[in-house]
Amino acid sequence: MSYKGEAAHPSAPTVAKVRMRFAKRGRARFSSHRDVARAMEWALRRAGVPVSLSQGFSPHPRLSWIGAAPTGAASEAEFVEIGLTRDLEPEALGREVGAVLPEGVVVLDVVRAGPGALADRIDGSAWRIEMPGVDPTDLRAAVAALLAREAVEVERMTKNGPRMLDVRSALVALDVMEPLGERHPDDERTSDDPGPTRPDASTDRRTHARSAVCGTLSTVVRHTTPVVRPDDVVSALRTVAGLEPPVPVKATRTAQGRLDDTGVLLDPLEVDRDPIGR
Amino acid sequence: MSLDVSTAPGSVYDRLEPLLPRVRKPVQYVGGERNATVTPWEDAEVHWVLCYPDAYEVGLPNQGLMILYEVLNERPDALAERTYAVWPDLAELMREHDVPQFTVDAHRPVAAFDVLGVSFATELGYTNLLEILDLAGIPLHAAQRTAEHPFVLAGGHAAFNPEPIADFVDLVALGDGEEVVGDITDVVKAAKAEGLSRHETLERLAGVPGVYVPGLYAVDYHDDGSIAAVRPTSPAAPERVHKRTTSDLDDWPYPRKPLVPMAETVHERMSVEIFRGCTRGCRFCQAGMITRPVRERSKQGVSEMVEAGLEASGYSEVGLLSLSSADHSEIGEIAKGLADRYEGTGTGLSLPSTRVDAFNVDLAEELTRSGRRSGLTFAPEGGSERLRRVINKMVSEEELIRTVATAYEHGWRQVKLYFMCGLPTETDEDVLQIATMAHEVVRAGRRASGRGDVRTTVSIGAFVPKPHTPFQWAAQTAPEVVDSRLRQLREGINSEKSLGRNIGLRYHDGQPSLIEGLLSRGDRRVGRVIEAVWRDGGHFDGWSEYFSFERWESAAARELHGVDLFWFTTRERDQHEVLPWDHLDSGLDRGWLWDDWQDALDSREQDDCRWTPCFDCGVCPQMGTEIQIGPTAGEMAPGRMLPLTPVETRTSTPVHNPRLGSS
Repeated sequence: MSYKGEAAHPSAPTVAKVRMRFAKRGRARFSSHRDVARAMEWALRRAGVPVSLSQGFSPHPRLSWIGAAPTGAASEAEFVEIGLTRDLEPEALGREVGAVLPEGVVVLDVVRAGPGALADRIDGSAWRIEMPGVDPTDLRAAVAALLAREAVEVERMTKNGPRMLDVRSALVALDVMEPLGERHPDDERTSDDPGPTRPDASTDRRTHARSAVCGTLSTVVRHTTPVVRPDDVVSALRTVAGLEPPVPVKATRTAQGRLDDTGVLLDPLEVDRDPIGR
Repeated sequence: MSLDVSTAPGSVYDRLEPLLPRVRKPVQYVGGERNATVTPWEDAEVHWVLCYPDAYEVGLPNQGLMILYEVLNERPDALAERTYAVWPDLAELMREHDVPQFTVDAHRPVAAFDVLGVSFATELGYTNLLEILDLAGIPLHAAQRTAEHPFVLAGGHAAFNPEPIADFVDLVALGDGEEVVGDITDVVKAAKAEGLSRHETLERLAGVPGVYVPGLYAVDYHDDGSIAAVRPTSPAAPERVHKRTTSDLDDWPYPRKPLVPMAETVHERMSVEIFRGCTRGCRFCQAGMITRPVRERSKQGVSEMVEAGLEASGYSEVGLLSLSSADHSEIGEIAKGLADRYEGTGTGLSLPSTRVDAFNVDLAEELTRSGRRSGLTFAPEGGSERLRRVINKMVSEEELIRTVATAYEHGWRQVKLYFMCGLPTETDEDVLQIATMAHEVVRAGRRASGRGDVRTTVSIGAFVPKPHTPFQWAAQTAPEVVDSRLRQLREGINSEKSLGRNIGLRYHDGQPSLIEGLLSRGDRRVGRVIEAVWRDGGHFDGWSEYFSFERWESAAARELHGVDLFWFTTRERDQHEVLPWDHLDSGLDRGWLWDDWQDALDSREQDDCRWTPCFDCGVCPQMGTEIQIGPTAGEMAPGRMLPLTPVETRTSTPVHNPRLGSS
C-alpha cells in the first residue's frame, strides 16, 4: 500500500503529442467549451487512446485547448493538442476517436506535433455569419459604415461585468457574401438531423424560410484581447447603422491560423505535416 | 393516443433552434447523447415518451429512466424517447412561438405519443408535471383526454401514493418497472389493433398486475374529513393493486449503454445498481420499505456491467449504487476485483450510500486506490442513541467515533455526517446531541491524525413522514419547531469555539418539507392545491429559488375545505383511519407496520432479516418473492480479477483498442 495521500502509481510520461482540428456542427454548436472538453475526454477514453496524465494527487488528462468557439457558434476549425504515453498513427487515432464522439463533433485532421507551440501559429479567425431576415442591401450599407470608422467600441458582458472592446481595429476583412441559391452548401440540417419525415405544414415553413432574405457576412478578425466574437461584430453593426437582426444570427468559424501579409489565414497544422519545408 | 400510425409527427427542431441562442445552457435541449436511440416512427406500434419532471441536468442521469428507455427500445414493436422539464426562460419562448413540449431524441411533440411515462423520485415534481402537460397541449385532467391524447402514466417511489395527482394521470405503475412497461405495451398495441375506446383500454390496463387506474375508483369521506372508503367504480378495477417486483437482477443488466450527454449533469459516472431493496428497517425510509425484498446482483453481473458500461461511455468513475451499498454480501470482493481490474487506468470507484456499521477501512482503501481520498459520508440520522432506536438506525456513538477516527488515521481529512430533524418523539435535547457528537468527531480526528485541520460537515434535512412506512401515522413536526431546534444546534456547535470552527453546518429551513409532507400523505383533495399553485406560477418546487411557501399556503387555504394544510401534515393518524394509499399494496402488512410504529414509540429496535429470522413484514409471502443474496456461483469475468498487465504507471483509459496499432 502506498502511504497516505500518495497516488499509487506515477503517471506515465508524455512521449508523443498530436494536434487535432475538429468541427462543431449542427446541434453541437450549442455546447460550451466545457461541454466539448468533457466529451473529448470521454471519447478518448472510450476509444482507448493512451492520453498522458498530469502528475500529482489528482491527475488530469493532458489536453491543451486553443481559442474555443463560443456557445452557440459552429466551427470548422477548433484545435486541441493531446499528450500521449505511446506514439500512435495520427490517422488511426482520428478514425477511432471520430467513431465515438457525440453527434456534431467531427474530427477533421490529426497530425504529429512538430516543434514550436501551436498557439504561436494562431492569431486570427475567419467567420461566416448568417443573418436571417436581414436584407443584403441593408447589410452592405451597415458594413460600409463600420469600415469607414477608425474605431467602434461595443460593450460585452463578462464575468467581471460589462467590458468595452474595439471591434473595428480587430477587423481584417468584412464582406457581404453573394446570396447562395436554394440551399446553403453546408446547411447543417442535411447532415445532423436524420429526423422523422415532416408533415406538409412544416415543410412549407422550411421552404418559406429558405426563400426569405438572409444577409451573410464573411469576416476575418485578428485575435486581440479579449477576442472579438461574431456577436461583437453584430453589435458593432448595430452601433454604427442601427442594424437589428430580427432573429439570432448563426455564426460558423471557417478557419483559424496565422494571418499573412495579405490577410489570408495559414493552416496551423501545415508546418507539422511537413516540418522541413519544401 | 395517435390511432393513425401512418402519420409520423414532424420534428419541432426547426422552430426550436432559433429560440436556443436566447436561453441559458441551450445544449440541454438538443439531445444527441452518445448511446441515444432514434427509431423511425413507422417501425414501432407503441410509442413511449419517458419523462423525468425536473431539469435535464438532474433527469438525464436517472437510472430508472435509462433502464426503461433501453428495455423499451429493445422491443421490436415499441420505441421510447425522452423529455425533461424546460426552464422558465425557454418555456416562455415556447409559448410565445407555439413550440410544444418536445422529446430530446427526435424533437417530436410529446402529445403525439401513445404513453407518457413520468418518473417521480419526489413529490415536489408534481407542479412540473402540470407545466409539461400544458406545454405539450395535453389536457391537465385525465377525464378530459380523448383518443388523440397519450395515456399519462406515473411511476417511481412517489407513485406509491399517487392520490394527490390522481386527477392528472391515467395510469400509475407500482414497483419495479422493467416488466410492467412490456405488459402495458402489449395491451396498448392490442387495444389499437382492436380499435378499443380510451375507456375500454383503461379498463383492460387495470387488469395488468401493478397498474392502478385512478379514474376507475371513487373516494368517500366522513364528516370529519377523513376517508370512509376508496372503492372501484368498474368491475375491471381490482380492490387492491399490488406492486411489481423484478426478481433476478442478473436478467436485467441495464443500462447496458449509459447515455453520455454533451451537457453537464449532476452524476457523470457509470452507475451499476448492485442490489435493490433493503431490510435494514430504518423506519423513516420509504425507499427501504417499498423495495423489499433484497435482491443482489451477482459479482459477475456487476463486473460485466462495469466493463461494458465503461467501454460504452468513457466515464472515469464507477458508482456502485443501492440503498446501502456496503451491505452487499460480497462487497469486499467486488470492490477488490474492480480496484485490481482498473488500477492505474484513471478509473475511480465510489459507494454513494454507506452505513457506519458496514464501513471498514479495507473497503475504503480499495475504493480509493486510484488516489483521491477526499471525503467520507455517514448518516447516523438521529443525534441521540435513544432517537436512533426510535428510527431503528442501530449505530452506537462509540462505533461511529471509532469508524471516523480510523478514517482520519488513514488519511481522510473530511467526514460528512447526515442527520434528520423533526423525527417522531424528538426533543430539543436529541438535536443538541448532534453538536456533542460533532465535537467528539473532531476531537477523535485530531487525536487520530495528529493534525488540527480535520474537518467535519453536519448536514441536516427535515423529516417528512412517508406512506408505506411505520411513520405513516406520525405527526410531522411543525417548521417553527424544526427551525428553532436547528438554531439551538448552531449555538451548541459554536459553544466550543476551538471545535466549532472545524465544523460546517448545512440545513434547509422547515417550510419546503411541510409542503413535501402535504404531497406525500395527501389525498385526492390535494390535487386542487397543486393545480392552483401551478396556475399561480409555481413549478420547479424542488429548487429553493423557485419554491414559494406563501404560494402553497395561500392555495391550500383557498382550495381545501373542511381540512387544511396542518390536517394533512402535523396531525397524528389513529390506527383505524383509512389512509389514502391503503388500496395500494407495497407488500408490507399493515398490521406489521402498526406494530413497528408502536415499537418505535417504545424505542424498540428491529433486526435485519438477512441475518436474523423473518419478522413477518409480509412482503415475501404476499409478493411470492424471496431474499436473494450471495455468495454467487460464478466468478467474475475470467482472468479479470487481476490487472490485464502489471501496471506500473498510470494511464488514462481502461479500454484496449487494437485498432489503434502500436507504432
